[in-house]
Amino acid sequence: MNSFEAFKDPALCRALLARLVKEADTPYRFMEVCGTHTVSIFQSGLRSLLPQTITHVTGPGCPVCVTHESEVACFLELAARDDIVLATFGDLMRVPGPKGKNLKTAQADGARVEVVYSPVDALAVAAANPGRDTVFLGVGFETTAPAVAATIRLAREQNLKNFRVLSFHKLVPPALAALVADPDINIDAFILPGHVSAIIGAAPYGFLAEKHGLPAVVTGFEPLDILSALLEITAMRASGQPAVVNAYTRVVANEGNPVARAVMDEVFTPVDALWRGLGVLPGSGLAIREEFADFDALRLPGVSLPDAPPLAGCRCGEVLKGKMVPNECPLFDKACTPATPVGPCMVSTEGGCAAYHKYRLEL
Amino acid sequence: MCLAVPMEVTAIHDKIADVEIGGVTRQVRLELIDAAPAVGDYVIVHAGFAIRRLDREDAIETIKLFQEGLNLELL
Repeated sequence: MNSFEAFKDPALCRALLARLVKEADTPYRFMEVCGTHTVSIFQSGLRSLLPQTITHVTGPGCPVCVTHESEVACFLELAARDDIVLATFGDLMRVPGPKGKNLKTAQADGARVEVVYSPVDALAVAAANPGRDTVFLGVGFETTAPAVAATIRLAREQNLKNFRVLSFHKLVPPALAALVADPDINIDAFILPGHVSAIIGAAPYGFLAEKHGLPAVVTGFEPLDILSALLEITAMRASGQPAVVNAYTRVVANEGNPVARAVMDEVFTPVDALWRGLGVLPGSGLAIREEFADFDALRLPGVSLPDAPPLAGCRCGEVLKGKMVPNECPLFDKACTPATPVGPCMVSTEGGCAAYHKYRLEL
Repeated sequence: MCLAVPMEVTAIHDKIADVEIGGVTRQVRLELIDAAPAVGDYVIVHAGFAIRRLDREDAIETIKLFQEGLNLELL
């Protein structure tokens, strides 16, 4: 077993879990804000093993899910244009937009949509389609935005004139600030996203402890990471000394990754952004700077953010805020299933509804 | 979507590294990493870019702390 595999060692996990069961004597609700944590907590079976005092709440950690209805309508309009090739991460293909349309149905209607693994692959798509603009759908948090920024710089280096990015990137700390400012949010602690934090570090979350008295732990994705984060939260609650703790030190430096941040800051600038369920949050999105305007799809003629109504009956917005458990939604597993998703939380494998559906252990 | 996978560096060619995990090989770009990796290092790979080098000593230290803490409790 290598030193990284040890983080899923069953014997260690069982021992840590036993300690957690013993120590977590007062009830609390913790929220994770990372789709990979959502999946990991279900997939490892931890969710069904946690002591009854600890309640897991899934938050706005799935970038596909928080992409606003207007943003979905915007990229679907782009897909329908004959002068555009869309390049996207696969996660976005089935996200429903107005009138039941998604990128899959757009493709069936003749739209040019290419699924890529890396934004860099979209540069090859652009090179192969000289008569059209290739637009990469820039969806993702601070983990993804530097990769997209580096790709825009590469496009400039390669003097590629027909590559653009539709930047709908979102920033995690402003969303957390909005959540904890909501008096109806009943959350006592946070598990913070490991790979977002690999870029931004731990300092941007300081307000959770300082201003709101909430313990928060940056942690990784193995069962041991999650258990140790919960132990840390339990200890901070017992001592009455909330803090933001970095427990993922094998990957996350407290100051984050300054090189990646510099690339991100060179290309993007923070702007107010729309979030599904949360509305407009100040400084929570990333727009392409003036210096890179030639690579900005929002500056193409005819591109705008159309008004788009919420999806009828879909409660994704409530699920993303932790106000509704997925299986409380009247559509869950009835009108809305992974095969027939009504909203994005059931589409994305990282969505709360999809995880509940796949791993329904205690429903 | 922030899924990122630890992969082992098998070769480095300027700004691109060959990486491997469980028989899957890829090429990743190194523009974003803040400490240049060496062959044999593990890096966290996201969307075609290496974003951090995994700290093996830190991982061993963390596991040791867990083991020690839990052993103490059994005594």
